[in-house]
Amino acid sequence: MQIADTFPKIESVGLNGLLVRFADTLSEPANRAALAFQAAVAAEGWAGVEETSSSLTSTYLRFDPLHLTHGALTAQLAALLACRDWYAAAPPHGRRFWRIPTVFGGDLAPQLVEAAELAGQTEAEAIATLSAARTRVLTLGFAPGQPYLGDLPANWNIPRQSSLTPQVPASALVVAVRQFVLFANATPTGWRHVGQTAFRCFRPDAAEPFALRAGDEVQFQPVSFEEYRNIMKSDSTGNGGAVMEAIP
Amino acid sequence: MTVLTIVSIGPGVTVQDLGRPGHIASGLSRGGAADTLAVAEGAALLRQSTDLAVLEMAGFGGNFTTSAPVRIALTGAPMRATIDGAPVAWNASHLLAAGAVLSIGAVEAGVYGYLSIGGGINTPPVLGARAAHLAAGIGAPLRANQSLPIGPDFGGPTGLGVGVANRFSGGTARIIASLQTDLFPAEDLQRFTQTTFHRDARANRQGVRLVPEGQGFGLARGQTILSEVITSGDIQIPGDGAPYVLLPEAQTTGGYPRIGTVIPPDLPLLAQTPAGAPLRFVFVTLDQAVELYRQDLLARKGLVSKCQPRLRDPAQIADLLGYQLISGMITGWEDA
Repeated sequence: MQIADTFPKIESVGLNGLLVRFADTLSEPANRAALAFQAAVAAEGWAGVEETSSSLTSTYLRFDPLHLTHGALTAQLAALLACRDWYAAAPPHGRRFWRIPTVFGGDLAPQLVEAAELAGQTEAEAIATLSAARTRVLTLGFAPGQPYLGDLPANWNIPRQSSLTPQVPASALVVAVRQFVLFANATPTGWRHVGQTAFRCFRPDAAEPFALRAGDEVQFQPVSFEEYRNIMKSDSTGNGGAVMEAIP
Repeated sequence: MTVLTIVSIGPGVTVQDLGRPGHIASGLSRGGAADTLAVAEGAALLRQSTDLAVLEMAGFGGNFTTSAPVRIALTGAPMRATIDGAPVAWNASHLLAAGAVLSIGAVEAGVYGYLSIGGGINTPPVLGARAAHLAAGIGAPLRANQSLPIGPDFGGPTGLGVGVANRFSGGTARIIASLQTDLFPAEDLQRFTQTTFHRDARANRQGVRLVPEGQGFGLARGQTILSEVITSGDIQIPGDGAPYVLLPEAQTTGGYPRIGTVIPPDLPLLAQTPAGAPLRFVFVTLDQAVELYRQDLLARKGLVSKCQPRLRDPAQIADLLGYQLISGMITGWEDA
């Protein structure tokens, strides 16, 4: 289908939501626009707007349609969109860089070889590529605290499986379409399971229940099965041996 | 402190409230009771806030006792209920004496029954709410021999009943256009509103699958949708062509095309339609939907005035002499 409309576009979602779409395919400028625009809308503090979020390339607002009409909110959004070039926005403030210990392949992550073949690499090359990539949290979504991370090199634009793996454990690192997902919970998935971490994305009882933030950067550092087992034994924080530093 | 003790229990009973809004940006959906109208009806019967937590019972209840007299209300999908063996009415409030056994059996229609208690279930909040969110890993189904704290009850009548609209055997849900509605051919949209669906056995608090009579639905091959925000009531069309309607524990984002969204006033109908029961859909405009939403909120606010003393034939009251005819009120502070 040829989409003639230009972005950004404002559309309604359900009865009480508006969505500002910056693109219909993933790109870094569109992702940065979505994140920056969400922060800007939140900072406006408009009466009647109850919640904001961003996904890969869009910003969502939940509002009370009995106190703020769709028309009025659309006009406010259009005015804010016109203020600046959102695609040129800087990444969010307060970002962190995480290095998360990861077992690549083997019994813990049985689809590395298959994924490497699809990406045209040997298993060793795949580990080198995937662990060298300093990826960015593009969005948290689907499950609590669960990051979508990108971009991987172009040869990792591999498709999802046509059928689902019935269950992949929590803290699994999976890959498809030039992105990683680090699973918050055990889940069925069409993404391929290439690594296993001990990092818990969602910690309901912790002071900071959602470990990662959109904009954070993450590198998955290869460790042996023994190192992973020791981390699992000794870690009670949920960090899974990860090292975190602030990005200035 | 008053406690509710679970003597025995069905597999799908959880603590619920109106959920924990505000975490979509972190990937956590609101969750909360599948039938929020039933929560509102229970709160109205007990003259208390709709924010207090209740027990949501999927398909089957259990046997419960309390350490002090409490007021209870039974709402949502009607279930067989007795107190010390004597049948008690559904959509009604009752006084439960300390140590008396409240027994709630299988659902007679619908899916989710609710037990509300004066003062509410007072378990520690997680991220601002007490609701179990099974998909997110917050809370868990309740088990036998657990005891739950009950909050202070500020008192009120018992023996009230409330008339409710039947939403327990399927029906017609009103929907509005969603993000991908326009991508579906006009004739498919028309066929969608002319099709009778039956709720599949596959359903939970995340969503319900609907099996169409006749052929399924879908977009032309090759149309990929970038993952975007999902809201409760969205009707996704996955690859098998059978619509999947999302409920409170839905994931926060998804990439399946959405043919429409059920409006909030009709979400209780979707949640309460039992397996095999028929559902149909009719499109309304966004303006109509906002007006229907306004009316629904007004109706919920008016529930308290719809709760009236139940007429009982004195000949049917075996324990008439022991019945507290004056007020049925307790303060909840008796054992403080």
